[in-house]
Amino acid sequence: MSKLQSLQEKINYDKTFDCVQCGYCLPACPTYETMERETHSPRGRINLVKMVAEGKASIDDLEKPIEKCLGCMACTTVCPTNVQYGQILEGAKEVIEDHQVKSTSRKKMEDFLFGSFFPSGKWMDTLGSLTWFYQKSGLQTFANLLRLTKAAPLHLDKFEKVIPKQPSPKERAKRTKRYIRTRPARAKVAFFTGCVMDSVFFQTNQNTIELLLRWGFEVVLPEEQTCCGALHAHSGKVHDSIHLAKRNIEAFEEEEVDYIINNAGGCGARMVEYDHLFEEGTSWHKRAEQFVSKMKDISEVLVEVDHVYFNKLIDKTVTYQPSCHMTNVQKVLSPPLQLMKKVPGLTLKELDRPDFCCGSAGIYNIINYEDSMDILDVKMRDVCNAESETVVTTNPGCLLQMKLGIEREGVNHTMDAEHLVDLLLEADPQQR
Amino acid sequence: MSNWMEDLREVIPGNQIMTEIADRYSYSFDASFGEYLPDAAVQAKTKQEVVHIVKIANQFNIPIYPRGQGTCLSGGPLPVHGGIVLDLSQWPEQIELNADDLTVKVSPSVLTDRINEEAEKHGLMYAPDPSSAHVATIGGNLAENSGGPRGLKYGVTKDFVLGLELVTPEGEVIRTGGQTIKNVTGFDLTKLIVGSEGTLGVITEATLKLMPKPPSVQTVMVEFENVRTAGEAISRTLTSGILPSKMEFMDKACIQAVEKFQPSGLPVDAEAIVIIELDGHPETLKLETVLIENIMEEIGASNVSIPATSEEAAKIWHARKQVSPAIAKIKPTKVSEDATVPRSKIPDMMDRLNEIKEKYQVEVVVFGHAGDGNLHPNILCDKRDQEEMIRVEKAVEEIFQAAINLGGTLSGEHGIGTMKAPFMEQELGAVGLEMMKRIKDSWDPNRIMNPGKIFPEKGQKLVLRNE
Repeated sequence: MSKLQSLQEKINYDKTFDCVQCGYCLPACPTYETMERETHSPRGRINLVKMVAEGKASIDDLEKPIEKCLGCMACTTVCPTNVQYGQILEGAKEVIEDHQVKSTSRKKMEDFLFGSFFPSGKWMDTLGSLTWFYQKSGLQTFANLLRLTKAAPLHLDKFEKVIPKQPSPKERAKRTKRYIRTRPARAKVAFFTGCVMDSVFFQTNQNTIELLLRWGFEVVLPEEQTCCGALHAHSGKVHDSIHLAKRNIEAFEEEEVDYIINNAGGCGARMVEYDHLFEEGTSWHKRAEQFVSKMKDISEVLVEVDHVYFNKLIDKTVTYQPSCHMTNVQKVLSPPLQLMKKVPGLTLKELDRPDFCCGSAGIYNIINYEDSMDILDVKMRDVCNAESETVVTTNPGCLLQMKLGIEREGVNHTMDAEHLVDLLLEADPQQR
Repeated sequence: MSNWMEDLREVIPGNQIMTEIADRYSYSFDASFGEYLPDAAVQAKTKQEVVHIVKIANQFNIPIYPRGQGTCLSGGPLPVHGGIVLDLSQWPEQIELNADDLTVKVSPSVLTDRINEEAEKHGLMYAPDPSSAHVATIGGNLAENSGGPRGLKYGVTKDFVLGLELVTPEGEVIRTGGQTIKNVTGFDLTKLIVGSEGTLGVITEATLKLMPKPPSVQTVMVEFENVRTAGEAISRTLTSGILPSKMEFMDKACIQAVEKFQPSGLPVDAEAIVIIELDGHPETLKLETVLIENIMEEIGASNVSIPATSEEAAKIWHARKQVSPAIAKIKPTKVSEDATVPRSKIPDMMDRLNEIKEKYQVEVVVFGHAGDGNLHPNILCDKRDQEEMIRVEKAVEEIFQAAINLGGTLSGEHGIGTMKAPFMEQELGAVGLEMMKRIKDSWDPNRIMNPGKIFPEKGQKLVLRNE
């Protein structure tokens, strides 16, 4: 195979032919809107991948347009010819990743982040605990804590203000691996805790378990579970991401469960596509399919509320910012809205353009801070117009980003952001 | 290059001038065939910027190609001779609606659907409805004189333009037409510019005509056992005193492709279906629906379905919308044609298309706006298969020839661009084409404005292959 041929295979050249260049993706693409050029549109990116595969442009030419893609997948929802943009994007990222010559410090930082940090429950616990300690002591900033800002021009300090109050290490340690309250249970579910979700939003995870219990589920937390691998895939580290998928599939096979529940739109999106990572016909593909068939966003199982009622009146106006990955990949659209409509006293004002990404996009807002803020500004105009007191989201990245947006707009005295799970628990659901 | 680039930068902000390879390739294509690398892509956001760019292009003899959102199906914005792609899509949207006059003044970058959205707020509508209206700019629609399903009843883009502002190829600003419905002052330059595919200048503003929005619509779907009857049914309906707003045709291959792609309840056994939309007062629609039912029964349609709710109707139109993605599943490359014939010749054209399909062994599906004779034969193929593409090129040539022979035209609504240029003389004759050429040469003495379009170059042939 020639060099070009092997590049073509790796970069999914064949899949670029599904694009008929109709341009229907343009109005859906946030970066086309804020960056104002075809180069930063789905159609433009697919064309560039094709040009690279044909040897007309270089991998260097491709780097910036691909790096600036949010991966929100809004284009795939509107695409009339079902182009597999996700696969084209990941292929391009992998090619760029392999081609890049990185400085030693950058490499070390990435090795640590992707190899040890996100996949490790311990590290994630430590991050949460350390965050708690530093918040309590007020000694250091979050950015210094991670010592990352020197290795790469990240803007972690900007996020410091919006990290929620952390539980103490003692509270963290109290969590067990198995919960059951109602006998017989409605069904047995395994809870995917996630990495960032379980560290920074530990309390929301606890609330998720509580909600599932109130709905009458038996909840187990498989010990060997790890990071979903989404952040790895977004960064072109495909092999790492496959490795993590295998670990999760194994971890959740340990116990017979009816559903695997997640509460993070981005993680859920990655995991419902685990089967795409393995060749059809292989045993891993079969196991992945099993895993995928059980994977549900929490709102999907809670939406059956016939046997549950909300006991507490929540007298406020909220708006809903759906997670792009939940909308465009998991295709979970109405359950969160249906649930909110059941909460007594709650007024739901929908956004003009709910499907426009908030700019969080995994760690996009850390790596491409300025571009992310341009997108956030567009989102916040819409959010502010909705004149709500709370922005409800279903993904940790979106939640942090919305908090950041509220801070940036200077409306933090009248508006906040919270996870759907926290809102629902506040409404005190009870079994009939 | 450096000289004109320096001059450009005097007025045009740096971030609107793109010269990196990734950017240049991003403006090298449209929704048709071929890719051509421009020297630069430059964005204009005001009339003054357009004037500046065009004057420099004219002074330095640099080809310039106006472009909206690049949804063109005939190669209008392709930079076939290098030079500058002039991107007008980022011009801030301006929509100035005058409800009392039933007119609207728009900037070239406005998406066509946005005009209709604004009009509907006043109980009005902008009638032209190309299927890309939610993506395409009005500037592109004007340049290509776009149509759409509603063209049957209301006409195409040119029928809704009252006046234009244009930057000429020499960088002068002119205004044509005006704001009134009637206007016979001098030559009708407005109509000359609309559909001139960006070869006569850059449109920087348009005044468009609006209409009262019909209070209600009714959909009817009719099935046929043979295509000829479907063709006759269309003529019979139109001579019965009823003018539907849309009459859309789908052949068997189309129906089956849609049902395979996304089951929508279309009749898979039918040889053809015609989907009709009537618009007007609800009482009138009731009468017309019955009349249509009678006509169809009389002529031998195998079934007539009348959706009872707007949801059911929406389902039928959704199925019609699925044609494009559905047929893309047959083969990846789609050569979408829009040869148009007099309405009475639809059955003959269908026969000719079948013969062509057999002769060249190519996949052809036919759908389109049959009510106005505007069929969309689509050839499905694979660009990577050189041998197949040669057969496709020959088939396309014969489709053009067939349309002309039946008294039709090369293009109903997509435009000539690069692909159909080689066939212009066949339809217009040598003198007819020459008269057009003379107009072009006097407007654009340095031939900088969108060269390589409409007029064939010496020895130019239809080529769908990149190599």
